Amino acid sequence: MSARAATASVSPPKRRARRRPSARALAWAACLCAFAAVPFLFDPYRVGQFTLVVIYAVALLGLNLLLGYGGQISLGHGAFFAIGAYAAAITIDRTGLPALAALPLAALASGLAGALVGLPALRIRGIYLALVTLSVALVVPQLVKRFDELTGGAQGMQVAQPAAPAWLGLEDDQFLHLLCLAVALPLFALAANLVRGGVGRALLAVRENELAAVAMGVDLARYKTVAFALGAAYAGVGGALFTFVNGFVAPESFTLALSFGFLAAVVVGGLGTIAGAVFGALFLEFVPVYASDVNEALGGVIYGAVLIACMYVLPDGIAGLGRRIGSRLHGRRATAGSDAAAPQVQTKREEE
Amino acid sequence: MKRPRHFLYALVVALVVALTAAACGREEETSPGISDNEIKIGGSYPFSGPASAYRTIADGVRAYFAKVNAEGGVDGRRIRFITYDDAYEPQRALQNARRLIERDRVFALFNTLGTANNVAIWDYTNREKVPQLFVATGASIFGADPDKHPYTMGWQPDYVTESQAYAEYLKRTKPRARVAVLYQNDEFGKNLLGGFERAIRGSGIRIVARESYEVTDPSIATQMRRLATSGADTFLDITTPRFSAQAIVGVARSGWRPLHILNSVGASKRLVFQPVGLKPATGIVSAAYFKDPEDPQWANDAAMREYKAAMRRYAPRTDPNDTFATYGWAVAQTLVETLKKMEDPNRDSLMDAARSLDLEIPILLPGVRVKTSESDYYPIETVQLMRFDGQRWRLLDLRYTARR
Amino acid sequence: MERLAQTIVDGIADGSLYAALALALVLIFRTTGVVNFAQGEMAMVSTFVAWSLLEAGLPLGAAIAVALAFAFVLGMAVERIVIRPVEGRGPLTLAIVTLGLYILLNSAAGWIWGFNNRGFPSVFPSDSLSVGGVDIAVESLGIVVVLLVVVAALFLLLERTRIGLALRAVSTNPESARLCGISVGRTLMVGWGLASVLGALAGVLIAPRIFLDPNLMGGVLIYAFAAATLGGFDSPVGAVIGGWAIGLSEALASTYVDFIGSDLEILVPLTVILVVLLVRPAGLFGRREVVRA
Repeated sequence: MSARAATASVSPPKRRARRRPSARALAWAACLCAFAAVPFLFDPYRVGQFTLVVIYAVALLGLNLLLGYGGQISLGHGAFFAIGAYAAAITIDRTGLPALAALPLAALASGLAGALVGLPALRIRGIYLALVTLSVALVVPQLVKRFDELTGGAQGMQVAQPAAPAWLGLEDDQFLHLLCLAVALPLFALAANLVRGGVGRALLAVRENELAAVAMGVDLARYKTVAFALGAAYAGVGGALFTFVNGFVAPESFTLALSFGFLAAVVVGGLGTIAGAVFGALFLEFVPVYASDVNEALGGVIYGAVLIACMYVLPDGIAGLGRRIGSRLHGRRATAGSDAAAPQVQTKREEE
Repeated sequence: MKRPRHFLYALVVALVVALTAAACGREEETSPGISDNEIKIGGSYPFSGPASAYRTIADGVRAYFAKVNAEGGVDGRRIRFITYDDAYEPQRALQNARRLIERDRVFALFNTLGTANNVAIWDYTNREKVPQLFVATGASIFGADPDKHPYTMGWQPDYVTESQAYAEYLKRTKPRARVAVLYQNDEFGKNLLGGFERAIRGSGIRIVARESYEVTDPSIATQMRRLATSGADTFLDITTPRFSAQAIVGVARSGWRPLHILNSVGASKRLVFQPVGLKPATGIVSAAYFKDPEDPQWANDAAMREYKAAMRRYAPRTDPNDTFATYGWAVAQTLVETLKKMEDPNRDSLMDAARSLDLEIPILLPGVRVKTSESDYYPIETVQLMRFDGQRWRLLDLRYTARR
Repeated sequence: MERLAQTIVDGIADGSLYAALALALVLIFRTTGVVNFAQGEMAMVSTFVAWSLLEAGLPLGAAIAVALAFAFVLGMAVERIVIRPVEGRGPLTLAIVTLGLYILLNSAAGWIWGFNNRGFPSVFPSDSLSVGGVDIAVESLGIVVVLLVVVAALFLLLERTRIGLALRAVSTNPESARLCGISVGRTLMVGWGLASVLGALAGVLIAPRIFLDPNLMGGVLIYAFAAATLGGFDSPVGAVIGGWAIGLSEALASTYVDFIGSDLEILVPLTVILVVLLVRPAGLFGRREVVRA
C-alpha cells in the first residue's frame, strides 16, 4: 500500500464550513493585513520589531515542521538560522549576485545542513538526538570564527542592505518589512499546504508511532530527512532575512541562547500549529524587552517566570488557547483535524 | 523623521513646527533630546547574558551623572541617562539604538558596549547623524576612519595601543623574549594579539606558542598546560577576569615561571588576584590609564575620594573598588566635559566639541590626557605600565603613548 | 610517555567535573524522565550559598554541609512547586519549564551576588604528588575519589535501600508504584533533592578551579549533558564514564592533533559521541527503548 493511499485513510474529518470562508481563513487574512499595515502606522523602531517577528515566525515555522509535526527534537535550530544568515551575507558581500538571490542560496545551504543532521536522526532518537542537534549549534560559531576570511570572523561582517527601489516611494525600513512579509507569505502557504497534505500526515504518523507509520508504508528515512531539511531551510530563509534587516552578521548573534529561545518560543506559540509560529515569534521578540523594561536587573527573572507560567497556563501554547476560545465561541467541539494537537515528544523508556 | 502619510497630517505638523520655531525665536538649530533643562543620553549595556559583569560600568556612569545633576547639571540642564539591555547581542544593540534615537529621542548615544554591538549600530547612527560617543570597547577600528564614521568615537586606549606598550616594555627589558600567548578567541583577543605581532616586527622578540579559548569554555587548563611546556620565557595573557584567574593558577601549578604580562581587562586585583591568592600574582605586569581604587597611594586623592563618596551615595549596591565602575565614572566625566564645551545645543556642535578635546580628567593617571582632533579620534592613547608586587600594583616608570 | 600520562591524568580530572554534574542530570532523568536544564544553575546557587556562609565566617566544611542541605531542600522545593503542576504534560513542556528556571535562577543569582568573579576555596590541599615522573594534583585525585564514592553511594542507595527501591519503582511505572503504596510525590521530591545535592557537590568541586560567578555552570552544563548522552541518560555509571571519555578525548586531541586547534577542540568529544550514538543509539550504558506497537 503506498504511503499516499495509506495516509489518505487517516484524513481529517472535513470541516463543516466549506461554502463560506472559515473563521480561520478570516483570521489569517486579518493578520496579514495587520502586518502589512504596520510600516505605515508606526515609527521605524516598532516597525523593526514587527519585522523581526515576521523573520522569527518563518524560522519557527521550520522548527514547528520538524518538532511539532515531525516529532524530532532540535536544540540547534539557531545554527540553521545562522547558516542562512551567513550564506546571505557572503552572497551579498562576496559575490556579485543580487540580494534576492541570497534567499534561495540560504535555504539551500541550511537545507543541506539540515539533511546532514537528519542522517543521524534515522538511528538516534529523543534526548540523544537532542545532543546531536545541540552539537551543531555549538560548532557553527566556531567554524564561523575559524574561516574568518570568508565570514568576517569574530568581528562580524557588515553587509549592504537591500534598498527600497525609488519608484515605490517607501523608506528603507518599510520596504524591508514588506519584503520579509512577501517572502514569508508563500512560505506560510507552503507549510500549510504541506501539513494538510501527504507530507504532513506522514510526519504526524511518524511522530505518533513510528512502527505504525512504517507498517502503513511511510518511508521513515525519507520523511525524517525531509523534516530536517525543510525545518532547516525555513530557518535559513529566516536567517537571510535577518541579515537583510540588520545589515550585519556576527557570531554573537547566534549563540545557544538563540536555539533555546526558538525552542521555548515554538512551544509557547503552540506546537503542531501554523499559527503557533506567529505567536511564538511575538513572544520571542517582545517578552524579553518588556521583562527588561520592568526591571533592568531582574529582566531574566521576569522572563523565566513568564516562560514557566506559559507552560502552566497554556498546555497547547497560545495557538491551543486560541483554538479553545474559538471553538467555544462557535459552540462546536475542537476538531482533531488539520492542525495537530500538541504532541508529546516521547522519550519512551523500557517497558519491561 | 517624516513618514509618507496623509498630506493633511504633514501640513499640520509643518504649521506646528513653524509656529514653535517662530515663538522660540531661535537661530541655532536644536536637536532632539536637548531642552533648556534636560539632556537625554542613551546607552545600551549587557545587563544580562555572558558579559553581564560589565554592567557595573553603567553604575559608575550613573553615579557621575547623579553628582553632576545634584550640582545643577550642565549649564542648568540635567542629564537623563536612558539605558536598555542588549545581552551582548548585536541585533539587540541595534534595536536599542533605534529605540533610543527614534522613540526616546535621545541627544546622543554614549558608551555603548561591545565591539560587535558598536559595529552593528555605527552605520545607522552615522546615517542618522547621531553622535555615538566614547564607545565601551578598545577595538582599534573605532577611530580608524573618522571620514567614514564621523559620529562614532572611542575613548579608552585601544587594544593596539596597549599591545604596543607591552611590546615596548619587552623591547626595553627583554629584547630577545620568547613569548607564549593565550588569547580569547574574539575580536578583543585577536585585536590585541594582532597589535602585538605587528609591534614586535623587526625586533628580537618571538612568539613561540599560541593558544586560544572561547568565552563559553569552562576551563583553560589544557591550553595552560601546552603553553607551560612551550619553552617560552614570557607569557602574554589576553584574557578576561575569570580566565585570567585560571591562567595565573595554571602558571603557578605548572612550575613555569615566565614574565607574565596580563592585559588590562584581566588585571583586577579584586576580581582576579584575590580569588587566586595574591602571591601567585606577584610579578605580573600590566598597563593602566586610570587610578586603581584599591591603590593606597590614591587613598587621599581628591578625585578618588569624590568618586567613592558618590558611589556610596548614588550606587550603594555596587562596590566602589569595582574598576568597571571607575571606568564608567571616568568616561562619564569625559562626556560631561564635552557637553560643557559644546557651543550650540545640537548634535553637530557636540561632535565639534568631541573633536577638539584636550582634557585632564582627574581620575585618570597623571600624564594621561584626553586629546582629540579632526583626524585623531582616539581620545586616550597613553597607558602606564605597572607591576604587581604581591600586595598592590606599583606603577612603573614607563608611560607609553601610541604612535600613529 | 610522561606527557601522555600527564595528559591522561588531566583529562580524567577535568572529565570528573563534567561527570559530577552529569550524575545529577542522570538521576533526575532516570526518576522523572525530565531533562533538567536548570541543574547547573541550581548547583551554582547552592555554591553561592556556601560562599556566602564562608564570607560570614563559617569554616569550609560547615559551609559546604549547610549548602548541601540547602541544595536538598531547593531540589525538593523545585519539584514540588515548579515541576509538580505540570508533571503530566510531557517531557518537552517540562524541559521548557526547566529552561525558564535556568534563566530565572541565573538572573536572580546575578542580582543577589553580582556577576563578578570570585574565588572559592578547595576542600583539598593544593599540593601535587609525583608518581613516576607525572605530577598529579591532590585536588584532581580528590575529585576522582569523591566521584567514585558518590557513585558507589548512589548505587547502594538505589539498589539496597527502600527509598532507592521507591525511586526505581516510580521511574519505571508510577502507577504501579502508587498502587503498591509508594508515595509517588514524596519519592519524586527526594529524587530531585538528591540530584540537587549531587549538583551542589559538583559546584563546590568545580568552583575552586574555574572561579565562582553566576555563569559558573553554563559551559559545564553542556559538557555534562554530553557526558550523560554518551554514557546513557539513565545510567549513573555511564555518566561517569561519559565524563571521563569527554575529558580524555579533549585533552588527548588537543595535545596530539595539531590542526584542530583550541577553537575547534569541542569537535572532538562531539564527534566521539556521534560515533558512539550511531553504534549504540542509547549511549554506552543506556537502556535501549523497546517500542511496542
